[in-house]
Amino acid sequence: MIRQILRKTYIALIFIFLYAPIATLVVLSFNNSKTRAKWGGFTLKWYQELFQNEEIMQALWNTLAIASISAVTATLIGTIACISIQSMKKRNRAIVMGITNIPMLNAEIVTGISLMLLFISVGAHFGFTTILLSHITFNIPYVILNVMPRMKQLNPSTYESALDLGASPLQAFFKITFPDLLPGILSGFLMAFTMSLDDFIITYFTKGPGVHTLSTKIYTEVRKGIKPEMYSLSTIIFVTVIILLLLVNYSPKEKKPKTQSKKG
Amino acid sequence: MKKLVMMACVLLVVSVLAGCGNSSNAGENGEVYVFNWGEYIDPATLDMFEEETGIKVVYDEFETNEIMYPRVAAGASKYDVICPSDYMIHKMIANDMLQEINFDHIPNAKANIGAQYYEQAKEFDPNNSYCVPYCWGTVGILYNKTMVSDPVTSWSILWNEKYKDNILMQDSVRDAFMVALKLNGFSMNSLNEEELQIAKNSLIEQAPLVQAKVVDQVRDKMIGGEAALGVIYSGEAIFTQRENPDLEYVIPEEGTNVWIDGWVIPKNAPNVENAEKFIDFMCRDDIALLNFMYITYASPNTGAKALIDDDELRASKMDYLDEETREELEEFVDIVRDSQIAFPDLSQYDNLETFIYLGEDGDALYNQLWKEVNSAYGE
Amino acid sequence: MSKKLLSVPYLFWSALFIIVPLLMVFYYGLTDKSGAFTLANIAAIASPEHSKALWAAVRLSLISTVICLLLAYPLAMILCNMKVNHSSFTVVIFILPMWMNFLLRTLAWQSLLEKTGVINSILGALHLPPLQIINTSNAVILGMVYNFLPFMVLPIYNVLVKIDANITNAARDLGANEVQTFFKVILPLSVPGMISGITMVFVPALTTFVISNILGGGKILLIGNVIEQEFTQAYNWNLGSGLSIVLMLFIIFNMVITAVTDKDGEVSIL
Repeated sequence: MIRQILRKTYIALIFIFLYAPIATLVVLSFNNSKTRAKWGGFTLKWYQELFQNEEIMQALWNTLAIASISAVTATLIGTIACISIQSMKKRNRAIVMGITNIPMLNAEIVTGISLMLLFISVGAHFGFTTILLSHITFNIPYVILNVMPRMKQLNPSTYESALDLGASPLQAFFKITFPDLLPGILSGFLMAFTMSLDDFIITYFTKGPGVHTLSTKIYTEVRKGIKPEMYSLSTIIFVTVIILLLLVNYSPKEKKPKTQSKKG
Repeated sequence: MKKLVMMACVLLVVSVLAGCGNSSNAGENGEVYVFNWGEYIDPATLDMFEEETGIKVVYDEFETNEIMYPRVAAGASKYDVICPSDYMIHKMIANDMLQEINFDHIPNAKANIGAQYYEQAKEFDPNNSYCVPYCWGTVGILYNKTMVSDPVTSWSILWNEKYKDNILMQDSVRDAFMVALKLNGFSMNSLNEEELQIAKNSLIEQAPLVQAKVVDQVRDKMIGGEAALGVIYSGEAIFTQRENPDLEYVIPEEGTNVWIDGWVIPKNAPNVENAEKFIDFMCRDDIALLNFMYITYASPNTGAKALIDDDELRASKMDYLDEETREELEEFVDIVRDSQIAFPDLSQYDNLETFIYLGEDGDALYNQLWKEVNSAYGE
Repeated sequence: MSKKLLSVPYLFWSALFIIVPLLMVFYYGLTDKSGAFTLANIAAIASPEHSKALWAAVRLSLISTVICLLLAYPLAMILCNMKVNHSSFTVVIFILPMWMNFLLRTLAWQSLLEKTGVINSILGALHLPPLQIINTSNAVILGMVYNFLPFMVLPIYNVLVKIDANITNAARDLGANEVQTFFKVILPLSVPGMISGITMVFVPALTTFVISNILGGGKILLIGNVIEQEFTQAYNWNLGSGLSIVLMLFIIFNMVITAVTDKDGEVSIL
């Protein structure tokens, strides 16, 4: 019993630690003052103005598009690579994993600059595409690092027995291996998506004129104080994610009796 | 598990939908790539420009001159118009990165920009051939009257132990050294190693007293009463005073930096003609006034000053404004018309200077000393 | 055989976007402005400013990593022991803050910690002494722990949740008490997750410059700040690349040490 209480308290404390700054941002989004230093009363006007702010909306679309495309691509490439890496000889595996770790080991700024140097040297047009390529690059390791531990814990004999029982390698993979890997793949995907959403440094060096993600947009605003519309946008994003989460979590279970009435 | 799957799917759908809303199209008369300081233009004037000329503005912002330079020099991004400060314009001229401006294509630059500003710009652009002044001002001390009891007349107050942890310094190499050099009575363009060592030691001595080194956040922090004293650009003074009347701006008696930010066209600009149109548009008196109101940095535009002084002229020339903006403008004009901060009489100050580029070796020397100063902060 | 082919897209990708750019960093790091070979950019780490910045970064990131590990491990265990129904939801709850932009979250800590900030207003109302950690290295540590904690929780959780309950039950049946089971069974099995977590926290903490800028008031100079300034302000990419190489070697060296302690016997760098 005491243990339960201790556990709950611990979770609650960490929860407060993680969410205190977020609560602050939410409060600031209702602040009727242009600077965060002053409380000017409650207002909803920043929410109205947000939707008229084309630049922020454009940055939002860019951010979402880059995050989703790069996370999907990275998850595909990364997961497929994991299967292959696992079957490699020890030495090759070490080399490939070493390369995989480079973007993680490197200072983000070095990754950013090195990619910028690459793009300059081939005369690429800086913009959406260069950001996207860079994001895929730094996202793949997150996928691999999430999938590999699962891969190591796999019991190869189940896969082999599936083959023995007449499954094709593809069937065996999707019926046996894939379900076991799925948690790793999904957390890899979510992490890649989140990292991409959150990235600032690498985007900053690989972006072109006039193309912004939310991070680079915020960074340009840091100099003179963040525009309050940005707080309201973050609040909206945040609330949206929570609602999605709740919907997903409390959606009707598959095995529920059909008689149960539909609930929103 | 299922939830994670669904979560991932929902995310994807939302993103794809969002991606569909993404559209961008060039203007009928092409584009102009502008690289400017953050919050250094009224976005409404950009819309007006697009509407009047059919040229789409692709707008990008930088934080300091030092940050702007590598982005342009590396060639990663090609811009048509950039707005650096004096010494950085000097550096870009020296490194052959700018093209001469054809003033015949920019009639407003000739008609509206005051002659004295071109004169001042000669320090870094000797023939007035590369730069059209956009804003100007001084650097001084902003202090909170409720927190500072001593008279603020000298840079030395930033070395007063009494205000430990209440001082904000500028976090850029030239500005920081300007303060220390002026404090010691030297030129802020000094290349004399001995003088620079003295200045460096002053900065190191000051380090324990400094609450934070800032570029961007001095405005917020001073308004919020986080600090008592801060080194700040004159343009921010009007803004901060409006938000917090306890703040006062002072130009120290040892002298300071009188700076100019100006429009330049880089050598590799893809749309020179549009760049000229853009600069010309920004030099129009009413546009300059709108920008002045938005960014509160003083404008060298004599046409804008005339509009401030002449109510009738203003009313007739700017009749296109909506009710709200007009009221805001009238309020603003009342504040700045006789403001010493907006239009200082510089003749009463001694030792005013403008930054010039100090050459590659000079830059390297300053950077090295600056690193030694930075290393002395923290514990 | 076909399995080997599966890695082709990835190998191609990493050659083009990881190896080639990295070679460019090495090229810059080992040459001077005129393009002649030099080791001066590497040796520059020995200068007092640079080595001070490197040690400051090592100190702060080590402290943050240890704090993250101590906070995350119990958390991951608690999450694992929760009803299956709730656990994935709860895990997402703990990475949810990352959906608020990193820069905004860090700025929010500034609002909380400032002299006239939220926490001090509350403390003041309770007649408690004010908290003075903004613009110090403690604030930077706090920012690091805050930003990187989820990177520690997730990998540990992922490994713990995979541990077969039968293994722990077997240990208990064979007479191990709870503490013994933890140290002899659970802890060793979770080492891969911990190592992933340590890497994912230590490296970004070691190389950050944004957190130290925002919460350190520009006064805490870490190696990341030095490199950033060389690239973005001093425009000395040679020196910046040279210092980056040193930083990279330093990290690899540390990771090798970590790998040696990995009883798994994996030769990978992690």
